[in-house]
Amino acid sequence: MTFAHLTATEIVKKIRAKEFTAKAVATAYLDRIKLLEPKIKAFNEVFNAQALKQAEAVDSRLAKGEAVGPLAGVPIAIKDNLMIRGEHCTCSSKILQGLTATYDATAIKKLRGAGAVFVGHTNLDEFAMGSSTENSAFGATRNPWDPERIPGGSSGGSAAAVAARMAPLALGSDTGGSIRQPAALCGVLGLKPTYGRVSRFGLIAFASSLDQIGPFAASAEDCALLLHVIAGSDGQDSTAVDQPVPDYAAELKKDLNGLRIGLPKEYFIAGTDKEIDKAVREALKTLQGLGATVKEISLPHTEYCLAVYYILAPSEASSNLSRFDGVRYGHRAAQSANLLELYEKSRGEGFGPEVKRRIMLGTYALSSGYYDAYYAKAQKVRTLIKQDFDKAFEQVDVIATPTSPSAAFKMGEKVADPLQMYLSDIFTISCNLAGLPGLSIPCGLTAGHLPIGLQLLGKPFDEATLLRVAHHYEQAADWNRRMPPVAASGKESARA
Amino acid sequence: MKITKKDVEHVARLARLALSEDEKARYTAPLESILEYIDKLNKVDTAHVPPTSHVLPMSNVWREDQAEPNRLGSQTDILKNAPEAEGPFFKVKKVIE
Repeated sequence: MTFAHLTATEIVKKIRAKEFTAKAVATAYLDRIKLLEPKIKAFNEVFNAQALKQAEAVDSRLAKGEAVGPLAGVPIAIKDNLMIRGEHCTCSSKILQGLTATYDATAIKKLRGAGAVFVGHTNLDEFAMGSSTENSAFGATRNPWDPERIPGGSSGGSAAAVAARMAPLALGSDTGGSIRQPAALCGVLGLKPTYGRVSRFGLIAFASSLDQIGPFAASAEDCALLLHVIAGSDGQDSTAVDQPVPDYAAELKKDLNGLRIGLPKEYFIAGTDKEIDKAVREALKTLQGLGATVKEISLPHTEYCLAVYYILAPSEASSNLSRFDGVRYGHRAAQSANLLELYEKSRGEGFGPEVKRRIMLGTYALSSGYYDAYYAKAQKVRTLIKQDFDKAFEQVDVIATPTSPSAAFKMGEKVADPLQMYLSDIFTISCNLAGLPGLSIPCGLTAGHLPIGLQLLGKPFDEATLLRVAHHYEQAADWNRRMPPVAASGKESARA
Repeated sequence: MKITKKDVEHVARLARLALSEDEKARYTAPLESILEYIDKLNKVDTAHVPPTSHVLPMSNVWREDQAEPNRLGSQTDILKNAPEAEGPFFKVKKVIE
């Protein structure tokens, strides 16, 4: 038995019961990171000293008989686009190299209050733009199931960290699939909450009408535990709405009898790998065995999702990323004749190729003469996409699809063709456009031992149902407990 | 939609991005193919469809107009991140000749 085989829920229980200390857990996970990091490269920075300090604080509270939070002593990896006061925050971009966060993101503040231990900042595609974590200025992250392959993206570091059990939990952000797609490709759970469920304050913005922070975990129970801590309204983010946060852990226990699952026919297409189609259909059979009913539905505007996304997301990004200008923080070009040149050179030198491409695309779409043809048009089609879901959810409680049309691809395979790379998000984008919650859960392995993900989409603010489906599925199928060989091997010191 | 080098230069200027000659050449084709893909939206009739800017059924959220000192950290910490600062100011090139 090792710490790596324990869930976050079990870890916090045992720390509270004083079976082991938070410091022992933190030390064990930091040792695992040291051991596995050279192979996986999931982290931009590991917070060795700070993590031990946080763990010691939990132990000292427990020793004094003081109350501790629901995540007391649980190590968590944080995507490097979330501000942790006093730590660097880079977005895996040269333009932010050297920046020290001056405040905590709201999600981070809540995690601190809950007693979580931050083990490090994880790698991402620069400014969360990408599907493979290859667009990082600091090098690519490897898929723990096969280091020749990508972990997915943009939250590839967080997904890989949980898959290799370098942390039992992680946070990511999801603008078009950046939590769910890497979760699927790395064989862990990844949840994008409803737009407005989690405060975005302190998350470096990519596309503000689409971004959400969400959890990675190895079980539905852990996912529920983490979501419960980070969810809720926030005076610092007016879009984090004042909706009651349910007791997700209690909701897990309700059964699946009578649950209606819809299969959108537009998501079961010839382009999906046969092994993935088969695994998803197998999972649906399992869910039927647990009391759910399955019916075919239609989301007729599906074919336009990607085009809408690749207007709206770059447009919002081009506006959001205008703040990186070499004046208040970040990279400043060494030689410039005037202020305009300082902006242009600092940005030209600081941003990587994919970020520049998207800024260009967004600026073009918003520029005079093209606004109506692109941006306004896309916003209207977005309405139709959302209406498709509104209608579908009159007939079903949950919508099930594959998370990704293919398993993890080889590094470098799609780098040269941006459109091919964008197509790997084809099943995850609609969820962000419609603002819905979406959860990817492991549902199989390919013949080549690569993870497959099942995506569940829910009604707004109904994360509880998604987690409940995942929890019952896990009792019937153990895919979430499978670990990549690199993580399961005994050569580690993290023993309980 | 045909994208020329001139279009790329125009957009780069609007976006305040200095691009090398090589980059200008490299961005032309992908921009064109992405815009071509996006053109499929013209097949959708949206004559009577309202736009969605965000999905939440809310308009404005108001609060008292009060300063919140240190909301984003202390002035000292914030200025430490500046490429160039002088006293309590961010320093840049002369703006007005």
